[in-house]
Amino acid sequence: MSIANLCLLIVLAPLLAAIVAGLGGRFISRAAAHTLCIAGVTVSFAASAWILDQMLDGAPVFNQSVYTWGVSDGLSMEIGFLIDNLSALMMTVVTFVSLAVHVYTIGYMRDDPGYQRFFAYISLFTFAMLMLVMSNNFLQLFFGWEAVGLVSYLLIGFWYKRPTAIFANYKAFIVNRIGDFGFIVGIAVIVAYMGSLDYMEVFERIPRAIGHDLYLTPGEPSKVITVICVALFLGAMGKSAQLPLHVWLPDSMEGPTPISALIHAATMVTAGIFMVARMSPLFQMSPDALHFIVVIGATTALFMGLLGLVNNDIKRVIAYSTLSQLGYMTAALGAGAYGAGIFHLMTHAFFKALLFLAAGSVIIGMHHEQDMRRMGGLKRYMPITYWTCLIGSLALIGFPGFSGFFSKDIIIEAIWHSDTEGSAYAYGCVLIGVFVTALYSFRLVFMTFHGRERMDEHTREHLHESPWVVMLPLIALAIPSIVIGWLTVGPVVFGDFFTGAIAHAPNGPLAELGREFHGPAAFVLHAARSPVLYLALGGIVAAWYLYLKRPDLPDRIATRYSRLYRLLVNKYYFDWFNENVVASGVRSFGTGLWRRGDETVIDGWLVNGSARAIGALAAVVRQVQSGYLYHYAFAMIIGLSLLLGWLLLRS
Amino acid sequence: MITLSHYLLLAGLLFAIAVAGIFLNRKNVILLLMCIELMLLAVNFNFVAFSRFLGNLDGQIFVFFILTVAAAEAAIGLAILVVLFRQRRSINVEELDAMKG
Repeated sequence: MSIANLCLLIVLAPLLAAIVAGLGGRFISRAAAHTLCIAGVTVSFAASAWILDQMLDGAPVFNQSVYTWGVSDGLSMEIGFLIDNLSALMMTVVTFVSLAVHVYTIGYMRDDPGYQRFFAYISLFTFAMLMLVMSNNFLQLFFGWEAVGLVSYLLIGFWYKRPTAIFANYKAFIVNRIGDFGFIVGIAVIVAYMGSLDYMEVFERIPRAIGHDLYLTPGEPSKVITVICVALFLGAMGKSAQLPLHVWLPDSMEGPTPISALIHAATMVTAGIFMVARMSPLFQMSPDALHFIVVIGATTALFMGLLGLVNNDIKRVIAYSTLSQLGYMTAALGAGAYGAGIFHLMTHAFFKALLFLAAGSVIIGMHHEQDMRRMGGLKRYMPITYWTCLIGSLALIGFPGFSGFFSKDIIIEAIWHSDTEGSAYAYGCVLIGVFVTALYSFRLVFMTFHGRERMDEHTREHLHESPWVVMLPLIALAIPSIVIGWLTVGPVVFGDFFTGAIAHAPNGPLAELGREFHGPAAFVLHAARSPVLYLALGGIVAAWYLYLKRPDLPDRIATRYSRLYRLLVNKYYFDWFNENVVASGVRSFGTGLWRRGDETVIDGWLVNGSARAIGALAAVVRQVQSGYLYHYAFAMIIGLSLLLGWLLLRS
Repeated sequence: MITLSHYLLLAGLLFAIAVAGIFLNRKNVILLLMCIELMLLAVNFNFVAFSRFLGNLDGQIFVFFILTVAAAEAAIGLAILVVLFRQRRSINVEELDAMKG
């Protein structure tokens, strides 16, 4: 089978399954729906893994269009695939996590009436994400980009009878639209200056954009390349939930847990990171954009992590940790270490999906209770969930040897070595972020699995380990969470894995780190001499002291620093600001347009006004129509006389 | 010596009388019809006079046509008048304002 056909198979298998399960859901059984969808994703995963294997063996980059949708003014709009190491890696990660989530869903959604629909959505999501990742042009990238947005909207609002879920899915959709607007503006500027949608052609034509200025505001020129990069990054800020467009991600936890794992941890939110890495030849040309990115990323990494400290909803804590980790990836991109960002994306996909699924397993055991204050001591009842969750948490905080350790340490080092403006600030943020990450991760572990059992009697009696379809994905994800970093750090980050796919600066931070890198074992030993490890350990100890040894202390701290606590509980008032300033501002602007513009001007003046004017004119003219014949005759005679008079006098 | 202008003056005078008749008359529709006849006759005068002074017979032939049409018109007009009277029991012009807008 040719590579083109294989690519088509990869994307179409989940789509086909989604169509059958979605449109024919009423006519097929639950077992048929999940068998079909899992089969579709398995095919995709197997083919993706095979392609990755081929790529590792040195297969050439595949870049081909399979269908021309339309040509307009020399601008060709195509569907095509670009398979290089970057997209092969992403495809494999996406399909693997998706497969794990599919299997897990059988257990989690067992009693849900929308079972077939759910499978259709997650398969459709896999399709959309694959289209995004495998694309070789901006149009298809945008298609995938919007499609994941759409499916995430459907999935967040999956329980469409809950008002909170509807609120959350609107929020996700609208916030994403804001980012997507920037994204499409970026694409438009690319088309305007490079005249192509194809990645390779655009990258070749980058010199065309350099040296040109755009006047966004009169009198202030901005570089075209910077406009492109910042606009594209706006899209990434929406999808990858960077400050200040992060507000949708915590709320999206209203959806069922499997999609939290699939969309909001492992795949969709990484689209922005992937996109920036894919566009690295562009971003590399704009130090200003990189400065912007590194600051946004680092700020997100630290300040969203802090929010995880005060939340009591188990899923929301993980959601904030996702935001924080996305901040790390973004900061890595901004520092010019794209490979490190993608590497963290990959390791994060495994351990974050693992954490979400473990949280889901806890939620099943607790009968859909998500408040950690009513958990505790679950270790005794759910040992496998406990151990897998612990592995996920250790990976998340970057405990030496676990996968997250390698990726996070590289990011921090890369920011240290980076010469992007603002990287000193970013370094401070990510360093404190390590402590915060450890604190909230182990707060979650301790509050959920250790300590006093705070649930009610009824729940405790029914506590049991989840079924095997739930355990299987947990174990399948726990293994890569431990080993994937150790196995791949050398070749992926410091080898030439991304050569050709990502444009790293020759003297960038990764190149510098690469010279100091002597295998994963040496890297682990090196950690003992860096502050990162001690910050992480400090976080664990702090969590142990605050939540196990002296559980009364957190409340006292909260009362003592109540102003700070309120700031965190209210999420820095972003939601308040959005609802009361942005949303209500837009609403009153809309009301103003409606009342003044529509009702007064258009309806009042133009529509009814013109009718009234005609009516008034007619009322005057009507007086002339007296109904007496002789008046009409007189009018005719006067008219005739005037006409004749004019004819005579004219000559 | 009677010149062309005398005839034209007479025709104009007759026409003016007819117009005045139409406007001044507020009572009787028959008078309106008569005034219209008078207008036509005034026009006929012009035709005959021009025909005579220009030496061209076309005008006189035209007059015959107009007389014929006028007779037909008078017949139809009077017939309408009879119907109108049967309908409304009046031929008062003041009351005939069904065309009022």
